[in-house]
Amino acid sequence: MLILTCPCCGVTGEETEFHPGGEAHLKRFGPGSEDGEFTAYLFDRKNPRGVHFERWRHAFGCGKWFHAARCTATLEVFGTYSARVSAPPEEILAMIRARRPGWEASA
Amino acid sequence: MSARLPRGGLLIDRQFPVSFRADGRKLSGYRGDTLASALMGAGEMLMGRSFKYHRPRGPVASGPEEPNALYGIGSGARFEPNQRATVTELFEGLEARSQNRWPSLAFDVGAVNAKLSRLLPAGFYYKTFIHPRAAWKHLFEPVIRRSAGLGRPPREPDADRYEQVHAFFDVMVVGGGIAGLAAARQAAAGGARVMLVEQAAHWGGRALVDGPEIDGLPAADWVAAEVAALAARGNVTLRSRFAAAAVNDHGYVLGVERLTDHAPGAEAPRQRLWRIRAGRVVTATGAIERPLSFPGNDVPGVMLASAIRDHLALYAVSPGARTVLLTNNDDGYRTAIALKKAGLDVPAIVDVRANPSSQLVADARALGLRVEFGRALSGVKGVKRVEAVQLCALAGQGSVIEEIACDAVAMSGGWSPVVHLWSHSGGKLGWDEANAMFIPDPDRPPTGADGAGFVLAAGTAAGKLLTGEVLADAAAIGRRAAEEVGQRPGDEAVPRADSTAEAPLLPVWIMPLHAGPELRARAFLDYQNDVKVSDVQLAAREGYESVEHTKRYTTLGMATDQGKLSNINGLAVLADTLGQPIPQVGTTTFRPPYTPVSFGAITGMARGPLFRPVRRTTTDPWAEAVGAVFEPVGDWRRVYACPRAGESTEDAVVREVLTVREAVGVLDASTLGKIIVKGPDAGKLLDLVYTNVMSTLKPGRCRYGLMCTENGFVFDDGVVVRLDAGTFLCHTTTGGAERVHGHLEEWLQTEWWDLQVYTANVTEQFAQFVVAGPKARGVLEALGGMDVSREGLPFLSSAEGVLGGFPVRVHRISFSGELSFEVAVPAARGAELWERLIGLGAVPYGTEAMHVLRAEKGFIIVGDETDGTVTPHDLGMSWAVSKKKPDFIGKRGLERSYLVGAGRKQLVGLETVDPSDQLPDGAHATSGTRPDGRPRAIGHVTSTYRSPTLGRPIALGLIEDGLARMGEVIDFPVSSSLTMHARIVSPCFFDKEGSRQDV
Repeated sequence: MLILTCPCCGVTGEETEFHPGGEAHLKRFGPGSEDGEFTAYLFDRKNPRGVHFERWRHAFGCGKWFHAARCTATLEVFGTYSARVSAPPEEILAMIRARRPGWEASA
Repeated sequence: MSARLPRGGLLIDRQFPVSFRADGRKLSGYRGDTLASALMGAGEMLMGRSFKYHRPRGPVASGPEEPNALYGIGSGARFEPNQRATVTELFEGLEARSQNRWPSLAFDVGAVNAKLSRLLPAGFYYKTFIHPRAAWKHLFEPVIRRSAGLGRPPREPDADRYEQVHAFFDVMVVGGGIAGLAAARQAAAGGARVMLVEQAAHWGGRALVDGPEIDGLPAADWVAAEVAALAARGNVTLRSRFAAAAVNDHGYVLGVERLTDHAPGAEAPRQRLWRIRAGRVVTATGAIERPLSFPGNDVPGVMLASAIRDHLALYAVSPGARTVLLTNNDDGYRTAIALKKAGLDVPAIVDVRANPSSQLVADARALGLRVEFGRALSGVKGVKRVEAVQLCALAGQGSVIEEIACDAVAMSGGWSPVVHLWSHSGGKLGWDEANAMFIPDPDRPPTGADGAGFVLAAGTAAGKLLTGEVLADAAAIGRRAAEEVGQRPGDEAVPRADSTAEAPLLPVWIMPLHAGPELRARAFLDYQNDVKVSDVQLAAREGYESVEHTKRYTTLGMATDQGKLSNINGLAVLADTLGQPIPQVGTTTFRPPYTPVSFGAITGMARGPLFRPVRRTTTDPWAEAVGAVFEPVGDWRRVYACPRAGESTEDAVVREVLTVREAVGVLDASTLGKIIVKGPDAGKLLDLVYTNVMSTLKPGRCRYGLMCTENGFVFDDGVVVRLDAGTFLCHTTTGGAERVHGHLEEWLQTEWWDLQVYTANVTEQFAQFVVAGPKARGVLEALGGMDVSREGLPFLSSAEGVLGGFPVRVHRISFSGELSFEVAVPAARGAELWERLIGLGAVPYGTEAMHVLRAEKGFIIVGDETDGTVTPHDLGMSWAVSKKKPDFIGKRGLERSYLVGAGRKQLVGLETVDPSDQLPDGAHATSGTRPDGRPRAIGHVTSTYRSPTLGRPIALGLIEDGLARMGEVIDFPVSSSLTMHARIVSPCFFDKEGSRQDV
């Protein structure tokens, strides 16, 4: 049972208030894309032991989607941030590096 | 013989006798007793039969770790099996039933298993009941199931109420002994919100029994003063009878408060489940004494030394008149001393250590007690009761030196801190060599959302065994917890107590040290599951090197007590057999709950009608009153049919269908989802989420649309109405409103956040009724107020207005193929409009008639004709998929090679060749054979009805390349003896031109 803070409404809530939405920052491949690209977009997901960027929705709150940077091994939450970005913002990366020295974002 | 002593008993009140029944016999105890202490007080030591060998067993412990004394408590709707007698508070009229015995506890037929125990080693079931295979199902399993299991489940629904609460604290302290009290006091001193909980009904834990002086006060007085001081504080919540069951991620603590278990029938919930978030959790959970592994250590009368001391001090009950103490440490001596001081006989203290020198040993000797050093026990005489013990040298094979008559044995194998809560969320343990115990490693605590440790172990739970160091440690931990949650730490004085030094313990995991197979097969590790030293050694010899595997193979620690007494001894024996150090073998995983949580508490109020509340439309009371037949659709309850007096449901459906075809019917379609999509980019968004074009829709017009997932599979469907230039109303399926709304929001918020669009789910704001049939227009005209003519409100148009005084929105859309008006009205006026429509001659019809009507027309239902793997093309609905749009959700998915090639299953109509055959729902069609020779399935029936309009059965189905096989007759082997034959036809069975709806 995680605790997450919704960056949209500022509420810190129980996991049951939120709905998970899988890996964040997927790039959508639509019409015109190669089969390989499209298949990867639809089905290939990272499953790291460690730092992970995820989508969450404050389903029983403000209803907004947001992103969370979280450690899948320790469940530490490095930070939450807007869903309206296509890559983790620098301040989130800085928080992760502070907690996990030597960590580098994989492509 | 166990007995009540004439004086003493801290917790009992002799002025209030309490009568109860055990296996039907009327017995008596005192207020404050547990079931176990009352039974012992009444001379009863036999309290159960073990799981595998049905050996007679008495209580071993005095707390929740008890493995043997399990009873079914109560009767009927208040019966609960597997309750530990040692923590069951006695109340007037309590009914206890012993378990796992037949015909009676004293005489049990299953005890023959014990005689066969040599033939029932570890892994017996895995090794034996393998062949012949059929015998498992018909012979072995039924017999094993009948003889296995402990208590029987209750047969009636639980008559009690349960409730759940959420609570938030800065610091939660688990354990109301002296460590918990000291930690809570410091944590709360600076203003932090603190909760302190204790699993027992009384505070003070073991300090009440061992009675050290704290701050110059007797322990009991100090405890009372501390509890009073904490209770007086506004920022401290105290709860006794509260079992902290689990410490989960991020400070989430689950606990059960027993409110009326000890007072059944009271006007209050029986238990309350607490869901707590705490900034820091302090585990002041104490320790549990370990049994010793010696032959015969399971005979009733053999108990933990601390349990004998507890029963003596708290309930004035002694398990025996002559008690031999077997110990490997100093603490056990306290029991011998207490017994002697109570005037009971202690024939011998058997100490495995060579020559320990300490105050406690000296005290025992000063009382004149006989102490045997370097000795062990090689046997216990007696079956249902200890009669004598056999003394032997520790370092030997167990040759009997002397037989000592006694009726009880107190055993003390040292203490194991209760590390369960620390471990639940990943806290790691270290090995304390001196005391031979696992303790929480403060450098590797469970970590929370911020990455910092959130559990702190305090006092004995942290491995501090002497009173003085327990208090100092707990106070420091309490202060640290407050500091870590950002509260001002207290400056309260640290309570002080003197403790005398104790001589070191000698870890002895098997005794006598060189016991042969005979003796090792009588030394029990897990009492409840009958796991012996020999079983663990056998597992090790057979290659089970991992403690987790050994546990599962032998069932060590897998009983209802979850190995609270047996795990450490078991893994020590395993380590010994493998020749590895204990910390290298490690422990099994400590999983929640620490003590059992009732299903009632987990369920709380979510049972019966509150389990999954039913959504009802505005006409539900009317339907209830006329005796309509209902069916669940998603969370909704909808009318299936409205039979008239004396009419069967089937006949009602036929009549309703024909009424819509020939006259006029009315259906409550309020459950269909209604989503408003509004904003300058609303059309753009809808073009992206529907497969067809919506942005070109003119205001006041309707268009049917399909939604796909990114895979290209149909996800939902419904009619879109353009209300004005910037506003669309999207209808969804009944079950799909929330899902579709969520889908729109997800894409809007996470992919196309540049679009200026708002969405709102207004499903429940409007009631919506379908008035359908050749005479539908007449009903609306009778209401009056709007032009509903073919010219004024043509097919696929929509208008707002006032109809018969009701503010309405009328859509000319048809799911039945008939002239049809869908009338939406604010929900508050739904029931009123409904009755007016019926008053004007519209005949109510239900969902089944609706299904038949649409199937006659070949209209799909998402979830019947689709299953998440069906594309619009498969449904023959390519007309609804835009070729012009550059993009929509599912466009790229639909281009995938295996969705466009031949071999797809396609929607077709199916007409049985013999009209007396009706294809069963889901029936599979076959054609040819597979490589393995069995028939090849080529599709299945998705909907099937007997059509009242056509007078014969009709069906829809998904058949491989069905559109290219029109007219072909295919086989449906519906049972081993019957194959139906059906012709592939167009899915539209009635009015193919659509002339009836556009009039």
